[in-house]
Amino acid sequence: MTALVAQGLALPHRLRATDLSIEGGQLVALVGPNGGGKTSLLRALAGVEDAQGEVRINGEPIAGLAEARRRALLAFLPASRELGWPIATRDVIALGLATRDEARIAALLDLFELGALADRPINRLSTGERTRVLLARAMAASPKLLLLDEPFANLEPYWVLRLAMILRDLAQDGTLVLVALHDLGQLERFDRAWLVADGAVQMDEAPADLVASERFEQIFRIIAADGGWTIRPADRQSSR
Amino acid sequence: MLSFVLMLMLAAVHLLWPLAPLTLDPELSRTLLVELRLPRTLLVLGYGAALGISGAALQALFANPLASPDISGASSGGALGAVLAGYWLGFSQPLALAACGAAGAGAAMVLLLVLAGRRADSATLLLAGLAISLAAGAATSLALALAPSPFAFYDAFDWLMGSVVDRSFGQAMAALVPASIACALLLRRAHALDLIALGEDVAASLGYPPRRLAREVVGLSAVGVGAFVAVAGAIGFVGLVAPVLARRLTRGHPGRAMVPAAIIGAILLTLADFAVRAIPLDRPIPIGVVTALFGTPLFLYLIVTMRRGVAS
Repeated sequence: MTALVAQGLALPHRLRATDLSIEGGQLVALVGPNGGGKTSLLRALAGVEDAQGEVRINGEPIAGLAEARRRALLAFLPASRELGWPIATRDVIALGLATRDEARIAALLDLFELGALADRPINRLSTGERTRVLLARAMAASPKLLLLDEPFANLEPYWVLRLAMILRDLAQDGTLVLVALHDLGQLERFDRAWLVADGAVQMDEAPADLVASERFEQIFRIIAADGGWTIRPADRQSSR
Repeated sequence: MLSFVLMLMLAAVHLLWPLAPLTLDPELSRTLLVELRLPRTLLVLGYGAALGISGAALQALFANPLASPDISGASSGGALGAVLAGYWLGFSQPLALAACGAAGAGAAMVLLLVLAGRRADSATLLLAGLAISLAAGAATSLALALAPSPFAFYDAFDWLMGSVVDRSFGQAMAALVPASIACALLLRRAHALDLIALGEDVAASLGYPPRRLAREVVGLSAVGVGAFVAVAGAIGFVGLVAPVLARRLTRGHPGRAMVPAAIIGAILLTLADFAVRAIPLDRPIPIGVVTALFGTPLFLYLIVTMRRGVAS
């Protein structure tokens, strides 16, 4: 069964009609310029917006599904890490489960090394710590499809590497993980990369092939140089 | 649980105290209990609970501890609706008053949603709510100034001061029945309102579109508060303070705080009515004055803690 199928998925002015079909057990990076449609695509796939078209996960259309079924199929980590209420870390993770399961919560606290922060209100944590809590919340119900908007943002180097390992483990267990990404240095850890620009998936390649392509260069206006990146000559205006 | 028992005990005392008049004559004491004491006890319990539930629901929806029936303009909107209904239909039509109170409260909150949006910061929310309250207050004053007759003016003015004294059983029921239904429906949104604490997008991805939730919460709390405003006048601060206290019992969860907020709201308003009875003046002071006197310090405390960046 194909993990994720989207047909004619579209949002007015933000996402052009998109058809997707992807197998599970993969790490997919969504890269593209600001405003290109990465977040819109994730939101449409998560059923956050009333998008046109249809999304099916493991063959099941998500539109109109009740909460328990949705939890089993998908979870979404939005880019915002702000939470207004002083809810303790362990309780935030519990909100990711249909029924409270202390053993599962303890395992997630352990995985994200949040034991010492378990009873601290989430609005008193740093942004990076909050990110780990919200990731644990998203993974709590072991969904088939994980949609993560900028999960590496604000994480310290240890946690960037650790999260990459955690996501790889999930993929090996069959989860399909879609990650919107700005840090191109992370690309090599992914199985596939989608170039999202002008509200459409422009390319779907192995990360190395995507980065080497002319299209990538045109859209990002940067080129690989010395193991890093530099602005391509045509776009080099004086900054003075 | 403990607070629920406390609420029941307070309610019993509220109903029976002072005991002296009840021991004179069985017939008289029955009349006194059923026609005077019972409506008043039911009104303070019901109104307090409705303010607590609506306040908790609105705070959860706006993700802001300052959202509440009074600050959102719902109370003043409800008062305007009820005064207008009083002129046209007379103040002796409790159901019509309740309906128009709910409509006024609903109109005020829809306006707030349009002006401030669901995720407004505190400043925007307060300014928009203030503007709506002032406008509704001015319109109410205008309605009073244009009163069709001196009697209509006195009726409206007396009623506006807000009181649970001398309300009939029928009036109490006209508020209690629709408000109870609305509050029961609000309580069913507790889980969704807890999830919206994770952000609107997360709630939406779990099958709770925030727009629909906003419509439901605003509509239901308008009925819950507006019906009581129409029968007993506007009462401030309980809907603001009760949810803040309630969230300390639910480890910060805003949705499931609705039940304790109802109990705390009922307790607070019952206590306020004890104060009304205990303060020896020629005529009873309006209960809204008492809640404002005691509520203001709590409100200021809330503002100070928010200034320190700790949301309650």
